[in-house]
Amino acid sequence: MNTNRMNETMPVEEKTGKINKMMIILSKATLDNVYAAFVLANGARMEGIEAEIFFTFFGLEAINKKKLDHLHVATVGNPGMHIPTMLGGLPGMEALATTMMKKEMEKLDLPEIPEFLEILEASGVKMWACKLAMDMFHLKEEDLFDGVNGVLTVGDFYNQGSGEGTHMLFI
Amino acid sequence: MEKIIAGNNIEVNEEGYLKDFSQWNEDVARNIANEEKIDLTNRHWDVIKFLQKAHQDKVALSIRKVGKSGVVDIKEFYKLFPQGPLKISTKIAGIPKPASCI
Repeated sequence: MNTNRMNETMPVEEKTGKINKMMIILSKATLDNVYAAFVLANGARMEGIEAEIFFTFFGLEAINKKKLDHLHVATVGNPGMHIPTMLGGLPGMEALATTMMKKEMEKLDLPEIPEFLEILEASGVKMWACKLAMDMFHLKEEDLFDGVNGVLTVGDFYNQGSGEGTHMLFI
Repeated sequence: MEKIIAGNNIEVNEEGYLKDFSQWNEDVARNIANEEKIDLTNRHWDVIKFLQKAHQDKVALSIRKVGKSGVVDIKEFYKLFPQGPLKISTKIAGIPKPASCI
């Protein structure tokens, strides 16, 4: 594996530019994007790296108590699905694709969104809702998953990311 | 490669994981834990014993599985091994590093 080869050529203690913190911005509500953000945040914590997620625009659905258990895979405008756009728009297609994806995820020991949020909270991932998006969607803090740490402006989120070895990721 | 741990020549891989579990003993575990700046408590040992049993039973380990084990929840697992619960606990337990992303 590539990772092993890297470790052989470069002993851990000699690595420079070590990642200390991952700041992940989630702006989409489709299941594949939400999973990408969650797996990256959780994977960081597993390596002893700090992780924070900023939920903005449609990404807020992933922490919206009413929506988080009903996220879907996009079947329209998603070339990776290999479904013709016209068919992808038919009633029931998104539900079908979502059910199929969830089955595969369970096989891989990937939790569903509500349980994944609990895992992120227990792992010490900080979760922030974007103030602007909250206002736009008329949401209040009590509408959000209890593990959310608070509501921040963009500036606040950048402040959270200060320090050496911080990386930002937009999804 | 070989490494001297607790006075014994132990076969380890490049990340320091034991290659042969029969070379593991509690002193080896304490020495690896010291290198990771961890003082092993009873709770650490509970987790280590669970991991060894799971490995013996060929269970693919993940944070989620450990969290559901009833031995330790995810929050405490992180508290016991803050620098990476799964990778550090398995190293101390003398079993391979799980190739898990979750």
